[in-house]
Amino acid sequence: MTTPVAAAPLCLAPGRRLPRLGAPPADRQSRIRGVRLALALLAAAAAVGCSTPEPWVKPYERERLADPIMRLNRDALAAKHSEHVRDIREASRGATGVQGGGCGCK
Amino acid sequence: MAASERLGRLVAALAGLLGGVFGSLVSAGAARAATLPEDRAEALVHVYEGGGVTASGPAVLVRKSLADKVSLTGSFYIDAVSNASIDVVTTASPYKERRNDYGLALDYAVRDSSITLAVGASNEPDYTTRSLSLDIAQETFGGMTTVNVGFTRAADEVGKTGDPGFSDQAKHWQYRVGVTQILTPTWLASVNLEGVSDTGYLGSPYRIALVYGAAVPERHPRTRSSRAIKFRAIGDLGSRDAVRAEYRYFWDTWDIKAHTAELGYSRYLGERFLADAFVRYYKQGAALFYSDNAQAETTYVSRNRQLSDFDNVVIGGKLSFDWKKQPGLYDLKANAGVELLNVKYKNFTDVRNGSLYSMRAAVLQLYLTATY
Repeated sequence: MTTPVAAAPLCLAPGRRLPRLGAPPADRQSRIRGVRLALALLAAAAAVGCSTPEPWVKPYERERLADPIMRLNRDALAAKHSEHVRDIREASRGATGVQGGGCGCK
Repeated sequence: MAASERLGRLVAALAGLLGGVFGSLVSAGAARAATLPEDRAEALVHVYEGGGVTASGPAVLVRKSLADKVSLTGSFYIDAVSNASIDVVTTASPYKERRNDYGLALDYAVRDSSITLAVGASNEPDYTTRSLSLDIAQETFGGMTTVNVGFTRAADEVGKTGDPGFSDQAKHWQYRVGVTQILTPTWLASVNLEGVSDTGYLGSPYRIALVYGAAVPERHPRTRSSRAIKFRAIGDLGSRDAVRAEYRYFWDTWDIKAHTAELGYSRYLGERFLADAFVRYYKQGAALFYSDNAQAETTYVSRNRQLSDFDNVVIGGKLSFDWKKQPGLYDLKANAGVELLNVKYKNFTDVRNGSLYSMRAAVLQLYLTATY
């Protein structure tokens, strides 16, 4: 028994164009576009120059950053206690920014 | 391999990583000498009350620098716990116990790096923990970027009160990396990533699970790995006030996923007061083997509500008062903080009344801080 083969469509759906002879397939066209974009970005970087960026906030501009109001963890013991209260109630842990981390308890 | 040799290799590897990856950034701006943390003392009284649990105690921390190169920190922390939580009153008898936590840390500043080596010990009647941690912070990019890497190794001894035959261990490894970046003269942002791996006894010998309504000892896997990433930003708003925002995503091999979001606002009030307020929202999904009342026999089963599906909201505030100040000599502050939390469990039944369990709790912190 032979398996029936679906016949190729004889005409295109409205609004679709026949691909040009020798034109790369769609995925290859997408890759080519990606390579062009990368080359354009490289060219732009070369035009700007390859120098390393300079620090844009100078030390004398950091006075307000040094104020205690800008500290993420101001008091170590209070932060440790708050972390402990959360550790015993929640399953998540880590990345708290509190040095050492963990509660060391059951 | 000897433990000291392994530690030495770890330090060398971390230093190599910092030097290699961030060397080019250092060259972008003049390197600054790292400074040791300021000499400081803190004395805290803390109280937690909610869900049938009261935990309170004092805590003290003292930090002093020696010869401008090394700073030593010693701390102790006591938790006196009176436990009549829902787990305890439905399966056992209320109890009281005390946890003592000791810490010793050494900070060392060299060029633009600061290195912290810390040891800790926590003792409960049926649970002890010993930990060793190493953290390195390096300023780069003209002091605009601070990179942190750290490692903690902890080992626990687990016992069971009233059962001298029960004894088990657990080991924990924590690896963390973080970057804090100055964005503008008034804004800072940071990213922290931490992985934790555990092996050994990771449950509670007291807690029970329900299978077909019958109480059985909980059975947890003996390994767990988790990852967490946290983004933070804080900005000076220009009227002696600041705002901050934080978000953390957590996921682990027990299939728990959690989101934490926090918003905070701080403001100076007059010349001597600093007030802080925050709201925090937390939401997590349940572990794969969590069940309120399992309807099948499985290798692992737990009814630990810490591993269940729940969310909680915390609102909090703190007031700091500039009590006494002698420029160049000391600065003494009195502080009071309060947190109110509301936890709603979505799949944990209060077996006393058959409804879903929820709880409220309050946290109080009263403390003095002194820099000198």
